[in-house]
Amino acid sequence: MLIDGPKQGNVIPDGFNPNYLKVYYGRLFPHADIFKWMSYGNDGRHPACDKSYFGRREFSFTLDNDIYLRFQSFNSESELENSIKEKCPSKIDIGPVYSVDPAKRHAYAQGGDNVFAPVERELIFDIDITDYDDVRYCCSGADVCLECWPLMTVAIKVIDTALRDDFGFDHILWVYSGRRGVHCWVCDGKARRLTNEQRGAIADYFRVYKGNENSNKKVSFPGPLHPFLVRSYTEVLREFFEEKLLLSQNLFSTEERYEKILSMIPDESVTSELRGKWQENRRSSNSKEDINFFRWEQLKNTLQSGKQKVQGLRRCVEEIVFAFTYPRLDMEVSKHRNHLLKAPFCVHPKTGRVCIPIDPKDCEEFDPTTVPTLSELLRELNTGDSRMDVDNEWEKTSLGKSIRFFRSSFLQPLLKSCKEEMESGYKAKIQQTKNSLSW
Amino acid sequence: MEIVRSQRSRTNTPNDSVSTLPLYRYAPQLEVRLEDFEVFAMDRLRVLKGISDALARGKRPEEMENLVRDLWKANMRHPEASEDVNKDIISHFVLRLVYCRTEDLRKWFLSMETALYRYRFLLGSSEAKRALMEEFDLPCKAISRTEFENAKEKLEQVARSFDQPLPTADAIFYKVPFEEVPELVAGRRVYIHKGHAYVAMHQVVSLVVTQFRSNLSKALILTNRKWTSTIREQERDRLTPIVEALSMSYLGPDYSQTKEFGEISIKDLDQLARSSFPLCMRHLFDKLREDHHLKHGGRMQLGLFLKGVGLRMEDALAFWKAEFSQKVGAERFDKEYAYSIRHNYGKEGKRTDYTPYSCQKIISSTPGVGDHHGCPYRHFSEENLRAALGRMGVGSRAMEDVVDKVRNRHYQLACTLTFEAVHSSSCDAGINHPNQYFSDSHKILQPKVEIVI
Repeated sequence: MLIDGPKQGNVIPDGFNPNYLKVYYGRLFPHADIFKWMSYGNDGRHPACDKSYFGRREFSFTLDNDIYLRFQSFNSESELENSIKEKCPSKIDIGPVYSVDPAKRHAYAQGGDNVFAPVERELIFDIDITDYDDVRYCCSGADVCLECWPLMTVAIKVIDTALRDDFGFDHILWVYSGRRGVHCWVCDGKARRLTNEQRGAIADYFRVYKGNENSNKKVSFPGPLHPFLVRSYTEVLREFFEEKLLLSQNLFSTEERYEKILSMIPDESVTSELRGKWQENRRSSNSKEDINFFRWEQLKNTLQSGKQKVQGLRRCVEEIVFAFTYPRLDMEVSKHRNHLLKAPFCVHPKTGRVCIPIDPKDCEEFDPTTVPTLSELLRELNTGDSRMDVDNEWEKTSLGKSIRFFRSSFLQPLLKSCKEEMESGYKAKIQQTKNSLSW
Repeated sequence: MEIVRSQRSRTNTPNDSVSTLPLYRYAPQLEVRLEDFEVFAMDRLRVLKGISDALARGKRPEEMENLVRDLWKANMRHPEASEDVNKDIISHFVLRLVYCRTEDLRKWFLSMETALYRYRFLLGSSEAKRALMEEFDLPCKAISRTEFENAKEKLEQVARSFDQPLPTADAIFYKVPFEEVPELVAGRRVYIHKGHAYVAMHQVVSLVVTQFRSNLSKALILTNRKWTSTIREQERDRLTPIVEALSMSYLGPDYSQTKEFGEISIKDLDQLARSSFPLCMRHLFDKLREDHHLKHGGRMQLGLFLKGVGLRMEDALAFWKAEFSQKVGAERFDKEYAYSIRHNYGKEGKRTDYTPYSCQKIISSTPGVGDHHGCPYRHFSEENLRAALGRMGVGSRAMEDVVDKVRNRHYQLACTLTFEAVHSSSCDAGINHPNQYFSDSHKILQPKVEIVI
């Protein structure tokens, strides 16, 4: 697919196209890295390696005509790579590591000892911006823009910090889902071995937003906040709400919008006082200060003025901030070990964008509107310097940055830790055998 | 355990204080009279059933503690005080036989025995608690003074968040891997740092309970195996009939097989929804008609309910398709949603015939954004609930009673009162399953039709 030069106009029109996918899987998709990741160090080089490990992992492919192939498994990197290149799936999902090769599952009973069941699975999270539709006014549904995307950034910061500081996890990968959200893969050994109950507990630890359109108050803090919530509020949420979201979403600018916030205050005297002020204010313009800041300050002053004998108002300010900004996770995704999740570096069929990793330390800089698309990458391949001597073609494209990041920030530290774990586990076993032999 | 006929039972377990909580690790080396076998089991079952009912009514922990103490006192005392412990152990092991045989029975028994253990533990003295903790071989370490000082502010924040007294300088905290205390983590009842939860003395029960639950769960599987392979046949004439009778008496019908009123057709659905659906299902049904869509939780809850009500799979497919295709198109319905309906009826995948959800399951579910499942008595704001009840035809006086029950978190009682108001007749058994609501309603409404003819 070579053409004369960049000026001629790269004849790769935008959009998603199965032929493009073929090129993508043929030349850009990082098969080897995915294989190394999913092997978790079981590459056969160490005596403690489990050679069956990779083969017990479930993959699933969604083919072009919406045919869904579950329980795909592979015994080597080349099997994985060849199958992907041959089938050209529009989506690749990763499932758990089972007790036996998924291809042999029918030979195993449902109950008793000899079961076909998940034994390891990363702790995963899925955050989708459509779950925030009731608090963003700029977009709705599948659309995302730079005004509402920061909600995802904030979610990453809150959850990432908690996973590291509270739960002690280290090997965390955040990935752009390709259109309107983010996925999180926690890959520590401890995380992979968590039971469904433990995953549910972590998901519930993160759960704050309760309820739907039928209940008024979706966030309710009956008592002082847990240290995790305090930290999230003081380090991330309050600043984000007051300095960014108020403005970017114009939360107080119209009656409909400020009524939504007033409905979160369970005290008639307070809400009518504020409503009174704001209905008047509409006529006079506060040109110096933005109306959203101004009204928010008024609200805070009224609530915190100390007149409050009503218990339910003590933490109303925090409740409002959390209702708008606190991460909304899909509980079911995290709770069950057999839940499938899209693999990183897939291409989203509706947007053509690649699911690239996001650096949690730098997540404010991530811009979903500039994520490389399939067609852009193919153009880059074509116009890339053919004299460049590279091991991998992706180095010639904007995908290079993402893959390098994936390797240095995530894969290498993870594999190093896997080896260490394997080594120490092996040493301990040898010691045990020695001990048991002693008189 | 040896079962003998009418003989004085001899025991060789030490005469411990009555408040000792056994570990139930091994079946005791005792001889048990056949009559005692059944009587002890029934007494314990009364305790477990009492706990089950109380939990379904949403009783608070303090109330549960008192309830367990009273239930235990009323049922588990032996005429010879020294025999109390034996009765405790024997009855537990007998019930293991009874409740090991299916997944549902195991689940119920596990939940109730765990709850019983939890409250009995809480009722014990501090020394008893500490002694038991050592027996359990738990991976927890008491934290040092320095660790306490470093974490003090956070520990105080946690205490305040639950209106608990602040930890004193000599308070004992245990550092435990967070995986060991999932319930405390889930409820944000502990400070967690770098993978360790800081557990207060009064929370230690969570550790014990988790371990108890895990041990019992494994034991039940083993017991089941032994039962199926040897015991059931060996005891065919003696214990097996007793064991099978015991399990029947306490778990109600699960509505997985539709019986009495036969099948219903699609055209009846709208009318039936108005007359005989409980609020949770009516809400889902109305929302489905309105939005031509329901999210997964709603599809499961309503779909399985309709199956239990007698909707055949072909009709179910037609019904859901008629609604969903107005929103997503017939083709997408066939591609994305038909499979899971067939799955519900046991025609796909591992072919489990799923049972409709009970109230307990529905009440404990967690509807999120865009969801309409769960129990409306629990999740609706008072305003919305009143409006919904009004649409069902609940009068103003009954409405106040219902709302009062909701305020006290007695969701099933609220639903029962709603039933009584709507049907103008009493429901003594109380509602604990949406399909029970439906079948009771149907029973009341049907005869009228026949009489007219």
